Amino acid sequence: MGRFVVRRLLGAIAVLFTISVIVFLIFNVIPNSDPARRLAGRNPTPTLVAGIEEEWGFDDSLPRQYLTTMDKIFSGDLISYTTREEVDERIVEGIPATFSLCIGAAVIWLFFGILFGYLSAVQAGGRLDRILTVVAVMGISIPVFWLAAVLLNYLSYQTGIFPSGGYVKLTEEPFEWASHLVLPWISLAAIQIGFYSRVMRSSMLDVMNEDYVRTARAKGLSERRVMTRHVLRNSLIPMVTLLGLDVGVLLGGAILVEALFGLNGVGQYAFESLESLDLPPIMAVTLFGAFFVVLCNALADVAYAYLDPRVRLGDSAR
Amino acid sequence: MVDQPQPPPASAAAVGRGPWRVALRRLRRNRGTLVFIVVFVLIVLFVLAAPLWADHLADTGPNATHTLEKVEVDGEIREVVDPAGRPIGPLWFGAGGKFFLGADGRLGRDEMVRLMYGGRTSLFIALTSALITTLLAVVLGLLAGYYRGWTDTLISRALDVIWAFPVLLLAIALGIALAVGGLQIGPLTISSGSIWIPILIIGGVLIPYTARPVRGQVLSLREKDFVEAAVAQGAGPLRVMFGELLPNLASTIIVFFTINVANNMLLESALSFLGVGVQPPNASWGAMIATGNDLITSAPLLTILPGTMILLTVLSLNVIGDGLRDALDPKAKIRLEAHAGLAEPEGTPV
Repeated sequence: MGRFVVRRLLGAIAVLFTISVIVFLIFNVIPNSDPARRLAGRNPTPTLVAGIEEEWGFDDSLPRQYLTTMDKIFSGDLISYTTREEVDERIVEGIPATFSLCIGAAVIWLFFGILFGYLSAVQAGGRLDRILTVVAVMGISIPVFWLAAVLLNYLSYQTGIFPSGGYVKLTEEPFEWASHLVLPWISLAAIQIGFYSRVMRSSMLDVMNEDYVRTARAKGLSERRVMTRHVLRNSLIPMVTLLGLDVGVLLGGAILVEALFGLNGVGQYAFESLESLDLPPIMAVTLFGAFFVVLCNALADVAYAYLDPRVRLGDSAR
Repeated sequence: MVDQPQPPPASAAAVGRGPWRVALRRLRRNRGTLVFIVVFVLIVLFVLAAPLWADHLADTGPNATHTLEKVEVDGEIREVVDPAGRPIGPLWFGAGGKFFLGADGRLGRDEMVRLMYGGRTSLFIALTSALITTLLAVVLGLLAGYYRGWTDTLISRALDVIWAFPVLLLAIALGIALAVGGLQIGPLTISSGSIWIPILIIGGVLIPYTARPVRGQVLSLREKDFVEAAVAQGAGPLRVMFGELLPNLASTIIVFFTINVANNMLLESALSFLGVGVQPPNASWGAMIATGNDLITSAPLLTILPGTMILLTVLSLNVIGDGLRDALDPKAKIRLEAHAGLAEPEGTPV
């Protein structure tokens, strides 16, 4: 197990390193993305560009520039090319909004995904199952940003039921915090509820065919007990893995949703700096996102091993 | 084909019916899928009819602006865009087909014409990029699964890297970088406004979600007897990969292709909405939502229409993909896992 963890850890570091190099290259090798020119503004004189190049170190070799940027990310004094703000500070400021959005949405989609999947599987082939299947496929097919825009129009601009955007700190006004996040949560969760309920349904149907479920029934347990204690618990295993793998999707969705609702989180920061081709924050935010993707994938592996002892056995036997 | 074990001739009716015929029969009995095949065909016809509508009824092009023009509606002269900048609403056939769905904003472009041409762009991007995704994913999956060893390690790690990127972030980054500078690969130059940029980006970033499950399937298939038989007959790696393994992947590939078209369409719409996909003045459904969203309180239809088109198209593709899966391989679970890229079919060493 120890060796397995070390190997995974090294793999994760390698992946993060490669990602940082790729992002760096995307914005340095591709033509017309010369940062010195962008800093100089419209119609720059060559001397101005040269001056900026020297001041910011753009005339160094690419590997050297890469190292400088990475060094600044980790020591916390990376500065944006366009706004000249401290990048790490902006990210830290954006974390509460992004986490509130992502964690809240994940809780909502897990709850409804499991609930709908459970209801579908219990009466597989029945009317409720068919209705929920239609709802699930509809959910999978909705463009996130469109749902957000439509919800915003009808439930906020037109009727004023919910506030139209912005983020309120949880510690200051918990009620306002929640009401500001309801629409973003729904927008982000909708696609996933459809998808998770389908996975849950098929997972439940698999488990229901297992021998231990037949045994549980044979020894006279009530149907309710069989369902909750034996079927439901074991059906949740794939959901855990899935949630770990979906962090990337979640963060991607957060970019769209944060931009539409003006939540001012890390996702919105990512988008703003991408729009202004501002390399330092792009590097930092991408690494920040990739770090969580890699971390959660690893956590999902561990959780999987914990929930399903067969995985652990297979691992130690290797 | 060596690999398709003949079913025992239990009844006279089952004799001589190939797997594809059986699948077609199953598909024909699936009413839900048939309905959505019709819906999808209607959508395709709708976007194909764009030039007809534009030339004969609307009498304008998708990017033609009509800001200061007037239009005669049932004998009454009205401005296409009023002084406050509000576009005209749907006229239906009030002006003989002009501005059927109204104008799209300050620029006064014909919404119906844009909806049709935009759909062409969206569908074209989704289809071509899905073709690229599926093709590359299958080749990579075949190579990794067949050769194993360091080839597999190399390909799998490369896929892991793309996987660890938040897909949308990577796509936006590439979109912005390329939208500014265009792309140059050797003699091939793609200018910055070209729709091939979103096609290549979307085709590229979603590869792992198909390649991983294909690799898993190849890993288990190559242990089968028919592969050994082919090798014993002297077949080289290429023959085994493309002559023996590929036909066995056919049903997986078909299903994944359908789902890729759906997912790629969603990604394209998101990119175009953010302004890094299809570039103005060209229309795509995602870009139209972005334009419409500025006027959502006064003219919600401009947002709702293109979104509904995306929803309908993606929905029908998802249902068709589901139906194809049921028809081609009733036991497989690739449909669900395809979305998460979770699919590691049976036989994969976990």
